[in-house]
Amino acid sequence: MKSTGTLRSDVFWALGALAVLAALPFLTQSRVALDFVIRLASLGIFATSLNILVGYGGMVSFGHAMFFGGGAYAFGLLMQNTGVPIPVAMLGAIGFCGLLGLIVGAICVRLKEIYFSFLTLAFQMLLHSVILTWTSLTGGDQGLMGGIPRPPFWGINLADHTTLYWFACALGMLCLLLIRTILQSPFGATLRMVRDSAERAAFLGIDVWRIKLYAFILASCIASVGGVLMALFVSGAFPDFGYWTMSGDAIFMIMMGGLHVFIGPVVGASLLLLFNDIITRTTEFHGLALGLVVLLFALGFKRGITDFAIDLFNKIKRSGDLR
Amino acid sequence: MNPTALLECLSSASCIVTQLGTGLIVGSLLFLVAAGLTLIFGVLGVVNFAHGSFYMLGAYVALTAYQLSGSFTTAVIAAGLGVGSFGLLFERFLMRRVYSADVLMQLLVCYAIVLIMDDVVKIFWGAEFLSMGMPDAFQSPPLFIAGGVVPVYYAYLIAAAMSIALLLWLLLTQTRMGKTVRAAAQNPTMTSALGINTSLIYAGVFAFGGMLAGLAGGLAAPVRSMSPGMGFSILIESFIVTVIGGMGSVSGALVGALLIGLIRSFGTIGFPLFVEGLMFLAMVLILILRPNGLLGKESRA
Repeated sequence: MKSTGTLRSDVFWALGALAVLAALPFLTQSRVALDFVIRLASLGIFATSLNILVGYGGMVSFGHAMFFGGGAYAFGLLMQNTGVPIPVAMLGAIGFCGLLGLIVGAICVRLKEIYFSFLTLAFQMLLHSVILTWTSLTGGDQGLMGGIPRPPFWGINLADHTTLYWFACALGMLCLLLIRTILQSPFGATLRMVRDSAERAAFLGIDVWRIKLYAFILASCIASVGGVLMALFVSGAFPDFGYWTMSGDAIFMIMMGGLHVFIGPVVGASLLLLFNDIITRTTEFHGLALGLVVLLFALGFKRGITDFAIDLFNKIKRSGDLR
Repeated sequence: MNPTALLECLSSASCIVTQLGTGLIVGSLLFLVAAGLTLIFGVLGVVNFAHGSFYMLGAYVALTAYQLSGSFTTAVIAAGLGVGSFGLLFERFLMRRVYSADVLMQLLVCYAIVLIMDDVVKIFWGAEFLSMGMPDAFQSPPLFIAGGVVPVYYAYLIAAAMSIALLLWLLLTQTRMGKTVRAAAQNPTMTSALGINTSLIYAGVFAFGGMLAGLAGGLAAPVRSMSPGMGFSILIESFIVTVIGGMGSVSGALVGALLIGLIRSFGTIGFPLFVEGLMFLAMVLILILRPNGLLGKESRA
């Protein structure tokens, strides 16, 4: 086992990437670039948290956006209605989604494959309906209006755009590092074993239901951080955050980026953001263009871009070895 | 939220009949869409996320065929055949290539088709709401049953959907073709080892499922307004139906569709804003109590 070595190299990579990203505001004042990275941090956290379930746990959740939306709403409501500082509201949002994940997960994780997918979808749409219906609290289909206050804490002022950018980068890296560390731990190994053969795992004395539930709660809590970041960025929360298209986008990001490489979902998130931005600017037939790109990906690569790259790399290396 | 209105309605026969009529046409249309969906899943193990687009295409094809021919029967048949061929092409050129790939890849291909079809419809028929209007044959005064109002077309639609349900059941259980299809669903490797062309069956099932969705779109055209994206909501609802009934079970789809239709029509009276929530609540409850759906068997190994 070389787990300590892996952790050290992970930290090294994360700090390196963070340093590059943190330097960006000094190189360009372009708001588009900074906004892109903030959105990427939020969606990257969200997609990677879903990949804990899909890629490492073999549980394809169609309802993961309930925690993204839930986190955004819980955070926004706490900031608007109570005077707590941002970190406390953030912990509140994580706690709320952890609890929601516990309840929903306890019911869902015992179901098999497609039924698990649809039950999670059902719970998500239930939450979405509640958000739409409970107008007095959530503002209904208008979303959480009036802006979310961003009082400074510990000398960090998130109302300043560049500070928010640095905060998003740091938070994104922290979440990725945390997920990575957990997935490399014995818990992560157990989760992968449950994915590959739940029966064998159970035979070895592992409580399959409990492992899956822990993974579900973990993914819920981290997804809520993505939601909080998005709420901070747009200064509001909208029902769309918890709509099934949001879950669909996350699955889409994972698939485009690749499930079997840790950083795949983040690559997928950046691809989707990039496509969306380019396509929206160049054509009014957004769906047609995006659909063709997706088809090209799905039929051309038949797997995520990082998986494809790694397969290609291995193939080249192998043919090199033969020589 | 107005539960008292619901109670009031339930205590009057006319209101019950009216709502029953609405509920049954919603259920009939849902059944036609969900039957194709569940058939495709049962035989191929593929969740066809593009099924809502098939329905949408059916409605638009029926609209154009009706405007050209003036005959509603021709319009519905054109919708069925047109979307059936579209399903066939979709299977042959796209889906077939990703059968061996990850399930999520299949989902991605379907998602792409949903996005593309919405824009294709926008290009050919425009983005604004269109409606076919009630065909002349059904321009007669509505039926009055126990004081409740049921338009003639509703009765026709329900009868048509139920006949299709009966035909489908006969086809699957009483014919040699149905037997082959069921065999391919149960054990595709064995079936093809016995000399049956399973690849052909797969294409046929996709075409047939597409045809059912097309028929549903055509039959819905007089009572629904059309817009690109109309496939989304019916897709979600037919998923609920198939999951409630049990994935792969056609009779389950019928039960689920009627249940959801009734929940929708009666739910609108009591909880107008929470109808969608009610449907999902029903799905949650049923899946908790019966993890494989009402009529679903243990999932395939």
